Amino acid sequence: MYGSWATCPRVIMINHSSAAVRQHKKTSSFFHWIQIALDRTEPLVEWLIRICGWSVILFVVAIFFFIFREAAPVLLGGGVEGEGQFSLIEFFTSSNWIPSPYKPAYTQYGILALLAGSLAVTGLAMFLAVPLGLGAAVYISEFCSGKIKETLKIVIELLAAIPSIVWGFIGYMVLGPVLIELTGAPVGINLLNGGILLALMSVPVIVSVGEDALKAVPDSYREAAVSLGASRWEIIYRVLFPAAKNGLLAAVLLGVGRAVGETMAVLMATGHAVQIPQSLLDPVRTLTATIAAELGEVVAGGTHYRVLFVIGMVLFVMTFVVNLSADLVIKGIHGEKTS
Amino acid sequence: MFYRSGMLMIATGMLWTQLLGCSHRSGKDAVVTIRVEGSDTMVNIAQAWAEFYHHLHPEVRVQVLGGGSGVGIASLIDGNCDIANSSRTMKEDEIEKATAKYGVKPKAIIVGYDALALYVHKDNPIDTISLEQLAEIYGWGGRITRWSQLGVDLDSPRRDTIVRVSRQAGCGTYSYFREAVLGERRNPEYKLGSVDQSGSKAVVTLVSKTPSAIGYSGMGYATADVKLINVSRRTGEPGTAPTPENAKKANEKERYPITRPLLIYLAGEPTGAIKEYLDWMLSAEGQAIVRELGYVPAGDHD
Repeated sequence: MYGSWATCPRVIMINHSSAAVRQHKKTSSFFHWIQIALDRTEPLVEWLIRICGWSVILFVVAIFFFIFREAAPVLLGGGVEGEGQFSLIEFFTSSNWIPSPYKPAYTQYGILALLAGSLAVTGLAMFLAVPLGLGAAVYISEFCSGKIKETLKIVIELLAAIPSIVWGFIGYMVLGPVLIELTGAPVGINLLNGGILLALMSVPVIVSVGEDALKAVPDSYREAAVSLGASRWEIIYRVLFPAAKNGLLAAVLLGVGRAVGETMAVLMATGHAVQIPQSLLDPVRTLTATIAAELGEVVAGGTHYRVLFVIGMVLFVMTFVVNLSADLVIKGIHGEKTS
Repeated sequence: MFYRSGMLMIATGMLWTQLLGCSHRSGKDAVVTIRVEGSDTMVNIAQAWAEFYHHLHPEVRVQVLGGGSGVGIASLIDGNCDIANSSRTMKEDEIEKATAKYGVKPKAIIVGYDALALYVHKDNPIDTISLEQLAEIYGWGGRITRWSQLGVDLDSPRRDTIVRVSRQAGCGTYSYFREAVLGERRNPEYKLGSVDQSGSKAVVTLVSKTPSAIGYSGMGYATADVKLINVSRRTGEPGTAPTPENAKKANEKERYPITRPLLIYLAGEPTGAIKEYLDWMLSAEGQAIVRELGYVPAGDHD
């Protein structure tokens, strides 16, 4: 029933603009010719746009193909002669990452510690970013208006525009010494440092998507709640959150995707130490940072090089699953609307 | 699109490695080409020399390849390069092969030294550490994890844990420190869980900001916020200070323990353009590049 309400203004607008075009046709031949030119080139433009759309799929497939091609020899064949063996079981169950040993026999490619590092940093970041991001989204969407709202939105967009290397630098030079001072951690670049940075980096994503989700809740819901005597908090907690829950979940999942894939900031700020973290103050190493640090040192085509691409595949699958679930959740919103 | 940027970054990174790997610069006016091959530790120096020298002498083009000291020496014996970079001395059989092929013994020239200093925070009272202690700190299964085990008191018990700073796997410094310090151990691997940095300078910066840290890096990176400690061969013996003079000493007992010469091998006496290039490397200008990159210059250019 609200579907028609949303499209209504647009219909009026289209009628209005075509009326304007008709008027121009009468008064000026210039617009007349433009109209004809547009009509003639329309199929061409349509094709161009279609190519743009399909090329995205082509890129994704090409990237996956490229990563798989580089990783395939170790995935299927077990590794290059004389450079240590690769086994998938060891890959997922060993926490020893010794890619460049003194003697080839000592090579171990175990990503358990790196996986634990990635998950720990992402989990901590989400623990900090979700309340902060959703809180900010609620404030922007429900509590402020006019200039404050516009200013906040611009500032949050600015936060999203800070390059990740700058975040890493802040973590390394500023936050690290502060954490040593405040928490007594032995080393300032650690899980907590990386988690805080990643939280700040994913907050903008959560805020903008979360705010859109809250904005999409029809005003009549709010009006109905107010008429029932609900307080502001009750409206948010009891009406808006359930109504926008799919959109808010999507916001969180997009934040997770952002955090899992982040590389440069975590490379600088997490300490880059191969160990399964026992506390918030332990340095950790993530999958992405490992690729970034070691790809430059490996012999192209060697086992180590290929194993880094296998890690790339693991990351690809992880982000794919997160994005896919976000997409399915967003689809869920539309499904509910049409039913 | 924020959430896709991670994958995109990896993908573009890979693309760049490919592109860079394939690019060859071709100089039109290059008349002489000098082929240099060998040690990965020296590849940065060799590259910097090659670029600088090309600016001074556009008619000389220097082609630099890495691959390792062994690869460079093999290539010199096979006649595939003019200059072999090596961070180890030639083995007996390699010298024999080269002599058999060229009729003269290969000529070795020291162009600098790779000396790794041990860095600690400027407030750390430690002044000497032994190779054995370092091996227990950094080595696989090593038992030293706290400063108090070395007899060092860092005021706060929370700072007692040693934060060991290391380098990313595979780089030249990582390999050389392992060889020099852990080489004698049953399992000559690093203990996992060290804080790995991706640059010599980054190691020193991190140590300067971490009171309980120890890290190794080239001697040339010292700043006012860190302290360089003396290194002894055995626990209890007097240590040797990490200075360029000590790194260059011929007597092994007096020499700083974590140092090795950076060598250039030639198939006989150099002539023509190669000789000019070598003379320039050993000049004040060439040696300034060695110091710039964190190594110890050869000769008296300190």
